[in-house]
Amino acid sequence: MLVPDNLLFTKDHEWAKIEKDTATIGITDFAQHSLGDITFIDLPKPKAVLSQSKICATVESVKAASDVYSPLSGEVLKINGELANSPELVNKSPYEAGWFAVIKIADLKEKDALMDTAKYKEYVETLSK
Amino acid sequence: MEDYANLKKTPLIENHNKLGARLAPFGGWLMPIQYSGIIDEHNWVRSSAGLFDICHMGEFEVEADLSKSNLEYLLTFNLNNMPCGSCRYGFMLNNDGGIIDDLVVYRISTARWMLVVNAATAQGDEEYLRQNINNDTGLKNISSETGKIDLQGPLSKKIIEKTFGINLDLEYYTFGYFKILGKNILISRTGYTGELGYELYLPAEEVETFWEEILGDERVKPAGLGARDTLRLEMGYSLYGQDIDNTTTPLEAGLSYFIDWDKEFNGKEALLKQKQEGLKRRIICFAADSRRAPRHNYRINYKGKEIGAVTSGSFSPSLGIGIGMGYVNEDIALGEGIMFRENSIVIKANITKRPFYKNGTVKYKEIKNACSG
Repeated sequence: MLVPDNLLFTKDHEWAKIEKDTATIGITDFAQHSLGDITFIDLPKPKAVLSQSKICATVESVKAASDVYSPLSGEVLKINGELANSPELVNKSPYEAGWFAVIKIADLKEKDALMDTAKYKEYVETLSK
Repeated sequence: MEDYANLKKTPLIENHNKLGARLAPFGGWLMPIQYSGIIDEHNWVRSSAGLFDICHMGEFEVEADLSKSNLEYLLTFNLNNMPCGSCRYGFMLNNDGGIIDDLVVYRISTARWMLVVNAATAQGDEEYLRQNINNDTGLKNISSETGKIDLQGPLSKKIIEKTFGINLDLEYYTFGYFKILGKNILISRTGYTGELGYELYLPAEEVETFWEEILGDERVKPAGLGARDTLRLEMGYSLYGQDIDNTTTPLEAGLSYFIDWDKEFNGKEALLKQKQEGLKRRIICFAADSRRAPRHNYRINYKGKEIGAVTSGSFSPSLGIGIGMGYVNEDIALGEGIMFRENSIVIKANITKRPFYKNGTVKYKEIKNACSG
């Protein structure tokens, strides 16, 4: 299972990459693997205001529709338009080409509720036992 | 990990593990859902050939001389005019016309038959049959000693012929016995995918050998129940326990083609009554206007009113849109728009007809023709 450095993670398998006052968000390799082939992604609209741990997107795979929870609060600055026609990018490249959105971080203190790479790796290991 | 200890396992369980299959419970069995991925396996079956482990299904061997046995009365289709070496699809109904099971019957010789039934219903089917067959009918449950693997796809014929050095000249919905690897193997030209395909009935201890032999051809990929589900749904085939069950009749399910009205059968009276009074609900097929798929139990809305629920729904890998079926309590014309609402999810779709996917190597007409007599 791929877990890159310098990202923060939620227990629901979303990631956030913080750069100054913005964060890029997406779902982890573990999440895309459990979902299987991703067929559709309902992304938040630009300018929507997301709240930490609240539903921000829905991911559909062949078998099911699953909610995605925002790792941080903030306004959506940009969404990944490529995913509309190529949702499989999330399967192929969950941390790079398969990013969901960039948000303007509302409260940087919220990052304390997230796991770092080492902690998330440990967490994923407990799940696969 | 979930506890799978109580689930039945097919003779291929270790082969699935070695292939890295994702396993899940289905009908009381631990079955492979996917290997390389549902869409990849689906596309492979449509373009080449996929091999399925279908050992979970039930098989009964029946001795029935139709002049004495009442087997004919327990099934909705005509047995009497079936040629030996042919098979037919149809139903076993309860007194209310509800579907106890959908099954395929093989006529092995004049008075010998094989019934192939669903895994989850096999035990109930056996009980029902034992209670309802007369003394002139013999029934033996051969499920545990019978293995079944299906090779489905446009290249399936060539692959089996090359692998085993046989000629596989079978018409649709017929079968034959073939001498392969020293064994006498029943192979039928049948399937659940809409592609040219074959089902092999094997002694359980031979399943692994045949599985490995066929997989040895690089044109074959193993395919799981996930792809089996998307393949059958693209054809509009019903799945027992989901689209049909003992509370739905073949009329409501849009499957009256598999009923022979010229004969007597259990449940006929209820069906005739339903026909006369008109259907209170009926199945519809729908195609979504996007990649978004309506799912099992999503509510169906028409002109602002809730009129039913989805029984099967999925993304269609061949068509690139959401497709599905469900029951509604209104008569809606083809092409009409409906809508699904589930929390924040809103999907628009149009009523269409079976099959969703029209480019399969098996044509819909062939299925109907093969099963009526």
